[in-house]
Amino acid sequence: MATPSLLLLLADGRFPAGAHAHSGGLEAAVAAGRVTDLPTLEAFLAGRLATAGLVGAAFAAAAHRAAALAEPCVRSAALTEPAVRSAALARLDAELDARTAAPALRAVSRRQGRALLRAGRAIWPDAPFADLPATPGGAHQPLVLGLLCAAAGLSRLETATIAAYGTVTGAASAGVRLLGLDPYRVQALLVGLADACDGTAAEAARAADDPPERLPAAAAPLADIHAEIHATWEVRLFAS
Amino acid sequence: MPAVEPTTPPVTPPHDETVPHTHPEPGVDPHPPLGRAGRALRVGIGGPVGSGKTALVAALCRAFADELRLGVVTNDIYTTEDADFLRRAGVLDPARIRAVETGCCPHTAIRDDIGANLDAIDELAEAVGPLDLVLVESGGDNLTATFSRGLVDRQIFVVDVAGGDKVPRKGGPGVTAADLLVINKTDLAPMVGADLAVMDRDARARRGDLPTLFLSIVGDPTATSVADWIRHELAHHAALHPLAAPVGPA
Repeated sequence: MATPSLLLLLADGRFPAGAHAHSGGLEAAVAAGRVTDLPTLEAFLAGRLATAGLVGAAFAAAAHRAAALAEPCVRSAALTEPAVRSAALARLDAELDARTAAPALRAVSRRQGRALLRAGRAIWPDAPFADLPATPGGAHQPLVLGLLCAAAGLSRLETATIAAYGTVTGAASAGVRLLGLDPYRVQALLVGLADACDGTAAEAARAADDPPERLPAAAAPLADIHAEIHATWEVRLFAS
Repeated sequence: MPAVEPTTPPVTPPHDETVPHTHPEPGVDPHPPLGRAGRALRVGIGGPVGSGKTALVAALCRAFADELRLGVVTNDIYTTEDADFLRRAGVLDPARIRAVETGCCPHTAIRDDIGANLDAIDELAEAVGPLDLVLVESGGDNLTATFSRGLVDRQIFVVDVAGGDKVPRKGGPGVTAADLLVINKTDLAPMVGADLAVMDRDARARRGDLPTLFLSIVGDPTATSVADWIRHELAHHAALHPLAAPVGPA
């Protein structure tokens, strides 16, 4: 079932899931003098897409796959369908935790997961959100996104696309606010990144067939360090 | 000075026995006490920068400290300034104050994308137990900022006389539609040449039957009139949300 409007709705930055309060690490990178203009913003976004973007999209796609765990897949008679799904989601949550080295970023991902879950529960009350792991602080955002997209009837690739797209558009919009960049040129920069974004989503959707421990683990140590420093600031505009 | 006469006990009015009735528990008020509702009344406090929102929250904390189970959520443009002010002021247990970070957009966090504020309210209740009243203070914003009805039950918009006596006439959704308009810092009116009568007339023209209160926290550190308005809203809210009502979203 093709649902392009739902794809656009869930990818929209106006979807109320708390994204407006986060810069995707850009605020710290700007303060460190590493992002100052359009070329450095482009490099930052490309790097973010290849690391947080790929990992987040792969885990969203894998959670989307877990959401579809249906009766025929149940091998063991001892396991009911929700038990299979919740075990798969718990494993994904632990694997994503291991890939998120900075404690500050783990907390941010769980906080964003809670915000998305609040929206998801209100919109799709029958979706199997109860199968998300009861981790303190809530499940990681990509897991919630995967279930939400499955509930909306989106495909796995569409799910990965929303995740990858969100990692660059949020930071790009923070760039407009933090650096006063020309919004038209920032949009042009995003247009230039569209192929890379689609490629990342396709790679992530393919990876979701792998067992959780084999999912992508690309990381950016500098982004982790920045996130830890940012969390200690007394005055900041963005939550992350 | 003459000694104070001992007060004579009040005369009990004759009990009306023309209608037969019984009192199952004569010593117990059958009505729920004010504010002890199933879900806390949520009151948003918005208004332009410097109009005195945080000072009003502090005054209400003083007013309600011994009366209600109170929580406060602040939304700052920059980090936790207002929350820190309230903690330092010592008007409320710091555990009852939460700060929400708003990513340059304080109006978004109270109107379009309210999840972080709802989370903060849930976390308050988890940390300190059930609440009767939650005050949600917006970050200083412009005249167009209003709270979502999904976040608050009632909203107060605070402007001040030093911002110019034209503000009520300029209108905007905060001035025209807030459940209560507070015109603050009336003590400054003579110094800034603000005409309170003009502000009152313009507010009435803009707001129809909605109430407007003039306030000077310098002269009234517990913001008595605003606190009374909230007490009235609490009684109304308690009637709508009896104790049996479920508490908040899961």
